[in-house]
Amino acid sequence: MLKLISILTDAIAMGTVYLFGSVGETIQEKAGNLNLGTPGIMCCGALGGGFGVWLCSAHATDAAASPGWLFVVVSILFSMIFASAAGLIYAFLTVTLKANQNVVGLALTTFGVGVMKFFSKMIYSDTVFCNASAYFKNLFGNVGSGWFSKIFLSHGILVYLAIIIAIFTSVFIKKTRIGLNLRAVGENPATADAVGINISAYKYAFILIGSAVSGLGGLYYVMDKTNGTTFTEAPVEAFGWMAVALVIATMWKPVLSIFGSILFGGLYVISAYLPLSFSQIKLFGMVPYVITIVVLIVIRLLNKKDNQPPASLGMSYFREER
Amino acid sequence: MKSNSEKIAEIKEKNPQPEQASSAAREPLFHVSKNSVMSRGKALAIRGCSLLAALIITGILGVLLVHINPFRIYKEIFKGPFVDIWTMLQDTALLLCFALAVVPAFKMKFFNMGANGQVLVGCLAAIGVMKFLTPYMPNWAAILLMLVVACIAGVIFAVIPAVFKAWADTNETLFTLMMNYIAIELVNYLVFVWDKSGSGTLGIVNLISHAGWVPNIGNKYVLPVIVAVLMTVFMTVYMNYSKHGFEAALVGESVNTAKYVGINVKKVMIRTLALSGLLCGILGFVYAGAVSHTVNAAVGGKGFTAILVAWLAGFNPPIMALVALLVTFLTSGTQYASSSLHLGSTDFASITVGIFFFFVIGSEFFIRYRVELTARGKKVFKIKSKKGGEV
Repeated sequence: MLKLISILTDAIAMGTVYLFGSVGETIQEKAGNLNLGTPGIMCCGALGGGFGVWLCSAHATDAAASPGWLFVVVSILFSMIFASAAGLIYAFLTVTLKANQNVVGLALTTFGVGVMKFFSKMIYSDTVFCNASAYFKNLFGNVGSGWFSKIFLSHGILVYLAIIIAIFTSVFIKKTRIGLNLRAVGENPATADAVGINISAYKYAFILIGSAVSGLGGLYYVMDKTNGTTFTEAPVEAFGWMAVALVIATMWKPVLSIFGSILFGGLYVISAYLPLSFSQIKLFGMVPYVITIVVLIVIRLLNKKDNQPPASLGMSYFREER
Repeated sequence: MKSNSEKIAEIKEKNPQPEQASSAAREPLFHVSKNSVMSRGKALAIRGCSLLAALIITGILGVLLVHINPFRIYKEIFKGPFVDIWTMLQDTALLLCFALAVVPAFKMKFFNMGANGQVLVGCLAAIGVMKFLTPYMPNWAAILLMLVVACIAGVIFAVIPAVFKAWADTNETLFTLMMNYIAIELVNYLVFVWDKSGSGTLGIVNLISHAGWVPNIGNKYVLPVIVAVLMTVFMTVYMNYSKHGFEAALVGESVNTAKYVGINVKKVMIRTLALSGLLCGILGFVYAGAVSHTVNAAVGGKGFTAILVAWLAGFNPPIMALVALLVTFLTSGTQYASSSLHLGSTDFASITVGIFFFFVIGSEFFIRYRVELTARGKKVFKIKSKKGGEV
């Protein structure tokens, strides 16, 4: 029982990385843009968060001068700005210059991973980052050892932010007029254009917003999940690809992503809790990826109408080409 | 009594003036239309400009980082690749092989992201033979066996996603991507099992006996180059002159047309991916037998760059060779510059290559589309001449 509580707690903590990434990616895919640059964008988000921490610590003469909440707010802000900037490159190339989305995405991933590895070495200092990571953790303070508080209340602020963003995104896409327009842009841009929706503006806006959300996943992994210890070597890229897969596995539904991310997170952490030998743990490493493949196949086989991707996903829109 | 003109003026004053207001709000600055023909020279000039722009940005970045004359950075970038010209040739050859291996699938519009994993398992299988079976057979037989098992492993890893794509129409991009990570985890596991020292890395296999190493032809860098040349010739012939290549390209153009002329799309899909996997397997063998003599995740590291190379060259093998050379030149040049000028880590190279790709991908727009200033655009930019082909 105790084990189960720890597994669930860990699964939620790990899943948050995927949740940010996949909700951000879902927002972009709803606008018809399959962004394979998400791993790179998450790296930029991590770098932005690190930049925020560095900025706060560099300008604080003593610890009291910059309170904990300032670290959190500034790094969230810069994480979103950096990630959006990367998203802007993608948006300009795919929307304005109508380039192939997959190719731009791959280039952006190469770029983003390089940018993070290169610049993170310049601003990283383990003491500053480890100290700052304390501000990101344990939003509700010491919550005791009951199973409920352990599983649901022992996390950092970004975990709750991720869940709130996922629920809000779901409601926004389904219930609001702008959300309806957004879906129209992703399903059939020519029709959306005919009723007066500004396709480029929608695509730009939601690629930038989606990128900002994805970027927080990188920040979360660096500052909360690993306590600021792995900034320069964080394998954010691999998590980014899992996030992209999670979008399809959860059928473009952000609320479902919450549970999907916990499942993926659980698969990632569970090997540490099972009675496995060291070599079996190594073999277990491939299970999350196998499960992802199985989910991809099963979803295709179910083949329901509301499980399908936005109809014009991956295509660029050119008004004179009808 | 007001005159008619006064009345009109009054009405205009009360109501917003529709034609002016709407044109100011709606008419864009540029008019974009499809470009049907563009001379080769002009297209080449546009691509050259994009390369130049990428270099300028790199220079600016370098200046911001270390405050030195940008021309010193360029000098180092152009000096770097020639310091070790054989390594650059080998890297070019390897990148080109990767790119050639993804071509058949991409011609079919099958987004095969799995070249990394396919090469990696090919290399893994060959290393397995090298490590355990070389004592029991003559060297030539061991090398042949390595080639065969590497090809089989590559083909298996490529065919699995193809079968599911053909059978259930699964998303091949993510499927092949996940296969990459499965390959990496498989390598991690087997290296752990094979390596008795517990270091988690295999080290150079048969460092002393050289059993299973492909004998040097001239020097150790020649084999990848030869393989790359052979593959280029083969792929050029296969894609342009063979029936199989034609069928794959037709499936890529239109699945319905292919079905209409009686092509078995599923069969073509699986066969084409098997070829992709075969080429990856051969490349894996080259890594094991002549390049790395060991297996680790870095073996598959060129796969994504190779996709970009293949796409930029329009999947045309000889042009791919040029693009691969350019990308390798840029990578090794910036790596050299970043260490000789103390720009920080060599990750500077992946930033430069990323910027290069952004510019070249972006420049395709100006080749495919014609951009002209609209009447309003001319007003805004104060251009009076009729020439608006802003590039």
